[in-house]
Amino acid sequence: MMLITCPWCGPRAHVEFTYGGDATVARPAAPDAVTAEAWLDHVYLRDNPRGPHDEWWQHTSGCRSWIKVRRDTWTHRVHGSGPPEANLGGDEHR
Amino acid sequence: MRYSIFSLARNALSRHRRWPRAWRSPEPKPEYDVVIVGGGGHGLAAAYYLAKLHGITRVAVLEKGWLGGGNTGRNTTIVRSNYLLEPNAHFYEHSLKLWEGLAHDLNYNVMFSQRAVVNLTHTDAQIDASRRRGNAMRLNGIDAEWLSLGEVQAMIPLLDCSPNARFPINGGLVQRRGGTARHDAVAWGFARGADARGVDIIQNCEVTGIRRDGARVVGVETTRGYIGAKKVGIAVAGNSSRLAAMAGIRLPMESHVLQAAVTEPLKPAIHTVVTSGAAHVYISQTDKGEILMGGSLDFYNSYAQRGNLPALEHVIQGAISLFPFLSRLRLMRTWGGVMDMTMDGSPILGKLPVEGLYIDGGWCYGGFKATPGAGWCHAWTIANDEPHPLNAAFRLDRFHRGEILDEKGAGASPQAH
Repeated sequence: MMLITCPWCGPRAHVEFTYGGDATVARPAAPDAVTAEAWLDHVYLRDNPRGPHDEWWQHTSGCRSWIKVRRDTWTHRVHGSGPPEANLGGDEHR
Repeated sequence: MRYSIFSLARNALSRHRRWPRAWRSPEPKPEYDVVIVGGGGHGLAAAYYLAKLHGITRVAVLEKGWLGGGNTGRNTTIVRSNYLLEPNAHFYEHSLKLWEGLAHDLNYNVMFSQRAVVNLTHTDAQIDASRRRGNAMRLNGIDAEWLSLGEVQAMIPLLDCSPNARFPINGGLVQRRGGTARHDAVAWGFARGADARGVDIIQNCEVTGIRRDGARVVGVETTRGYIGAKKVGIAVAGNSSRLAAMAGIRLPMESHVLQAAVTEPLKPAIHTVVTSGAAHVYISQTDKGEILMGGSLDFYNSYAQRGNLPALEHVIQGAISLFPFLSRLRLMRTWGGVMDMTMDGSPILGKLPVEGLYIDGGWCYGGFKATPGAGWCHAWTIANDEPHPLNAAFRLDRFHRGEILDEKGAGASPQAH
């Protein structure tokens, strides 16, 4: 079991959350202006790192907020969490 | 040595102490025509078919651990070709046909058992979808048969077919030619066959870099030094993103952990493979008697070959809802494997945008049954430097071209397949 700290509710078991994927993926700011390659990048391509990974989790069985979590995909260790705008330090997989 | 009843009798007389090694453990040579990265079933099959069908024998298979220690040894051993979309149907049916002749071809008993695969249905909508898939299979020349609830019950007596079941069953689609195989034997059989044709199988040799000369691959850096290669095939499902990144390529996939478990062994009880989409579980009984169960992903990115208990508990709840007698068994072993989960749920098998670099990956939940077919197509693609018609649709640039192969119609998601 992984322990994820919701910035609003405190430490909770990960089963209270729903996983939302890679938090470094940003939707193009001007969708009409971007190339097909940029859409390909946004919709399909992922860094998929082995190691620290910034990711979205929604506290579906709690406050229902989306939060950002920095977690290691190799050890499952949770390094930190915060609100969606949080910078959890390091962006080595970008 | 050719395995036969006579070799068995001869070695029985010497108390089985004189069986020769099934393959060599050679030192890596400085250069090969083809290097295959990954000594699982897929990589070994590619090497075997390169040597056997294309006459390319200056081949090395590099494995970071031991043969078949990754997903080849961690799956639930199910073999089937019950797909809806044509490219998937033709590819997996080709693979199934290779399975049917594999033990003879390899002179190695892979214990392929065509005990049938039954997909249970629980709702009217599932019946519609299931019959549609069955009809599509038959139009593609693949066996499929619709079973009424009574026929399901007769085929699987211990299945809870009562209206009080957690997810009441109302029928099922069966592929009778589907079944299971012994996963370790598949790796070992392909390894032995490839080795006999001159392929060097090098274990404990991890690839740490892919060396390029301009747009062309020229070799691989490994923990045992640099090895030159005219062509490199990647067959490391679970870690495909990491290998592709060594060549500067990003792939449309995430790595996720998928768990499985076996109970203590018991006498023959479940004679077919039984799956239920509603209960998120697939079950069969191994030749050793264990009840083997698998289900859904843990649903978070992971390269750890282990998962967490809640996902496993969900699988076991599903299994018990179908077969209540399982609640009295003890769980003997659980484990996890790392899946390449692609964004459309279909594999990536073909050329990469670096000359001389090829990939066999992105198998999501279903790489084991593809083993011979994927090795066959990977070998063909490497030998001819273009995909065979059977794997042409599995090209990487399908995502760019909008030709995705979304078997479930689930949209761009690495988790839904």
